Amino acid sequence: MAFSAFASAAPAQEPAPKRRSKIALLLLAPGVLYLVIFFLVPLFTLVTTALQAPTASGDIGQYVPGFEIGNYATVLAQYSPQILRSFGYSLVATVFALLFSYPLAYFIAVKVRHRPLLQNLLLVLVIAPFFISFLLRTMAWKSMLSDESFLVSALKGLSLMAPDAHITGTPFSVIFGLTYNFIPFMTLPLYAVLERLDTRYLEAGSDLYARPFTTFRTITLPLSAPGIISGVLLTFIPAAGDYVNASRQFLGGTGTTMIGNVIDSNFFDLQNYPAAAALSIILMSAILVLVIVYILLSVYVWKTGTEGLL
Amino acid sequence: MAGGVFAESGADLELVGIQKRFPGFTAIEGMDLTIPAGSFFALLGPSGCGKTTTLRLVAGLEEATAGRILIGGKDVTDTKPYQRPVNTVFQSYALFPHMTIIENVAFGLRRRKIADATGKAHEALRLVELDHLAARRPQQLSGGQQQRVALARAIVNRPALLLLDEPLGALDLKLRRQMQLELKSIQEEVGLTFLHVTHDQEEAMTMADTVAVMNKGKIEQLGAPEVLYELPRTAFVANFLGQSNLFTGPVEGTTGDSISVNVEGNRIVVPKSRAQRHSGEVTVGARPEKLTLHVTEPKPEAGTNLLGPGRVIDVSFSGVSTQYIVAIPGLGSIVVFAQNMGVGPLVGEGTETWVSWKVEHGFGLEDEAPRQPRFSSDTDTASIALEKKRALMSELEEA
Amino acid sequence: MTLQEARALGTVMETPAPRPSRARFSLGRWLLPVYSALALIFLLVPIVYTFVFSFNDSLKSNISWRGFTLDKWTNVCAAQGVCEAFGNSILIGVIATLAATTLGTAIAIALVRYRFRFRTGVNLLLFLPMATPEVVLGAGLAAEFLGLGADMGLVTIILAHTMFCISFVVVTVKARVTSLDPALEEAGRDLYASPGQVFWRITFPLLLPGIVAAALLSFALSFDDFIITNFNSGTTDTFPKFIYVSAARGVPAEANVIASAVFILAIVLVLAQQISAAARRKRLAKVQ
Repeated sequence: MAFSAFASAAPAQEPAPKRRSKIALLLLAPGVLYLVIFFLVPLFTLVTTALQAPTASGDIGQYVPGFEIGNYATVLAQYSPQILRSFGYSLVATVFALLFSYPLAYFIAVKVRHRPLLQNLLLVLVIAPFFISFLLRTMAWKSMLSDESFLVSALKGLSLMAPDAHITGTPFSVIFGLTYNFIPFMTLPLYAVLERLDTRYLEAGSDLYARPFTTFRTITLPLSAPGIISGVLLTFIPAAGDYVNASRQFLGGTGTTMIGNVIDSNFFDLQNYPAAAALSIILMSAILVLVIVYILLSVYVWKTGTEGLL
Repeated sequence: MAGGVFAESGADLELVGIQKRFPGFTAIEGMDLTIPAGSFFALLGPSGCGKTTTLRLVAGLEEATAGRILIGGKDVTDTKPYQRPVNTVFQSYALFPHMTIIENVAFGLRRRKIADATGKAHEALRLVELDHLAARRPQQLSGGQQQRVALARAIVNRPALLLLDEPLGALDLKLRRQMQLELKSIQEEVGLTFLHVTHDQEEAMTMADTVAVMNKGKIEQLGAPEVLYELPRTAFVANFLGQSNLFTGPVEGTTGDSISVNVEGNRIVVPKSRAQRHSGEVTVGARPEKLTLHVTEPKPEAGTNLLGPGRVIDVSFSGVSTQYIVAIPGLGSIVVFAQNMGVGPLVGEGTETWVSWKVEHGFGLEDEAPRQPRFSSDTDTASIALEKKRALMSELEEA
Repeated sequence: MTLQEARALGTVMETPAPRPSRARFSLGRWLLPVYSALALIFLLVPIVYTFVFSFNDSLKSNISWRGFTLDKWTNVCAAQGVCEAFGNSILIGVIATLAATTLGTAIAIALVRYRFRFRTGVNLLLFLPMATPEVVLGAGLAAEFLGLGADMGLVTIILAHTMFCISFVVVTVKARVTSLDPALEEAGRDLYASPGQVFWRITFPLLLPGIVAAALLSFALSFDDFIITNFNSGTTDTFPKFIYVSAARGVPAEANVIASAVFILAIVLVLAQQISAAARRKRLAKVQ
């Protein structure tokens, strides 16, 4: 199961006789070196930055190398609401995205399987939001949910909303935005796994006295587990680090800031690089726990090895 | 079925006026069929004849356009698959890949909340001699083993009716023959009603006590394998179930218990009791292994049909028997099987021969054979090649 | 069981008038298609909104409807900075795509075709950038660039975009290499082609669809990236950054025009590809 939602399921050929050759190194070296310099080194830089100490003069944005483990304690004490909120919001958004996407993915992958053109067109609709700027999509929701919007005036007119209530700037609108923006990330891996679901298993279940819901619970759901797990990671990871939806210019308010927002403000507004780095490391560590679980599942449960990650 | 009772024995299956239309074509047209309890019934036909659709209708996996389906006298037409006392051994086996063998076999029992599901599942696995693999996953089993698990998973539920959808199709020939015998003995042991769908005529005849030959959405003929083989009623059955030599011509005379047919000047006699029609243009035939080859002209005998002379145009040796193709002017190519009692073929290519068979081995069909075979004899490549060869030979001799 | 019983009961049975089984209208049968249609409409709502508001006769902010106009389409660059930001995005996208596609394709071929040590390490190195939150990637790179004293701008953005595109290129091209029958290359070698000729005349043309798909994906990722860009752009604007910066005082309708035009172009390309693929399937089915 490829982690990327974009990989098409290629019919697996007989594995090629794999040769050892200097050519392999030539092919690998530039890309691997690039990733080391621009991915691994930056991660390492974050680790060292997070331990830096302020200069003696205390100038803003000036730090010296150090071993200030205390930076972590400071940011944890200061930003624990934002950190917890990030994981809470993303968890709720992930669950909503899963509930929203599963029936849709099932319909496209299984129900219209015998009509490939329609199936592909529906898939294009699922990824259509990718073709328009992420920020503009979010902006559009902000306008549609703003206090002056038709929806809010209608709800207020029908007394379904208190006159002084808002939709934007609330946890609801932030979670709504996160859910909306990451739905395709959930739908695509679900689609990929459901597309390969052999409906004869469902017929066999039905033949063996399983009612539709039981068939779903005992056959469809376990068989689509790899897709669910990929989808959850693909949704949860960017949602936890996102700071556009939660920012005040978009769907958030003063009470909805997430870890991404505080990393951003520490970096740019306060120029407190050690704090921004420490927060990044905290976020990365939490995500790494999930990712390691996923890697272990790939290697030991699904037996696809680290090859299966790509 | 609800209630979780095991069927004590198989139940009758009745299909009444079943029709199934798909967008663009009709898969089954007005089918009536009764399969008595406890029988091993085979639906035999070429691919696309509607046999699998019939099976899926009985299982409830397809909805009939019209007609009724009764199992043990109860109308199940409008019930869902999981409400029917029917289980299927799927062609692909459809063993759940995420469950162990024992979980697969116990699946149906668990759904019906039957006590000691695991124990009963082990029992079913012992029946197919695979209990030692209970903890494995389907992918770790060979094709033949998977097939037996699929069978155990179905029969453990003691369904009133067991449906087998080409269950041996994916196995190699040797394993297939072995499984045919095993399936048959398991059916006798458990005493359930088996409905088996296959396109393999040998499989159908070996296993089933009743065979229905299907063609184009209809049952052409139904009966015990030997009756179906010895007395085909239609040209399709005569040719799908084994091979037949068919001849068409007008009935020119009837005696007390037989009719005689004039085929291009040759007289072929068939018993009235073995002929579906007794007047007009009829098609009569005989099986290749009932035919005898003669290298000298035998004396005409009452009770024997004699055709010839013709020439052997092809000899193919296949171990147990040899197939000869004899071209007789006006009658086309006639196929003769002869057991290899001696060493080597009886006659070689080009030999002048006569063909005879006993009147009581012939049969008369309800419909006419497609006209093509009668005329194709002059134009098929084998006879053209033979003619060429002969012409060249005579040219050489003359030179 | 005797033949006669079955025969008597079976084929000779009088056929009753076929009774059409009840045309069942079940809610269950319609629930899923209706839900799916509504779900897809929901996904498209902001796109339609963005498109509609590209015709809004707005002043500075583009929040309330003030009447229809084509001015924003005919005069896209009227809003200050929008065209410059768009141009930067295209430039960054093209260069980052070329770099990432080259580096990623080489890795994909090596992964499928060769054995080498540290394979697991390479797999993890490719997987982790896809599993790392953008804000961490962005902050890390920015910390590195700051430490090196580099000027933030076009160059740093391109370096960053190339980095996160490589993994996606590898995934996409790898799928294609895996589906490529190695016997084709062996046949090439058998027919006197040198290793270079085998690559350029056989491997590369067969991989091209995968490489093109990877390049398009890279470009799309680069074009729409905001978070990593924001950390590494200094004062340089890209199209997403332009929207973010102007969000506070109102995004001009010209941004909607550009986004809508890009959307229409992308959708037309994808649909054309899908429809031609469907036509090819149909032709193939006819041939067989």
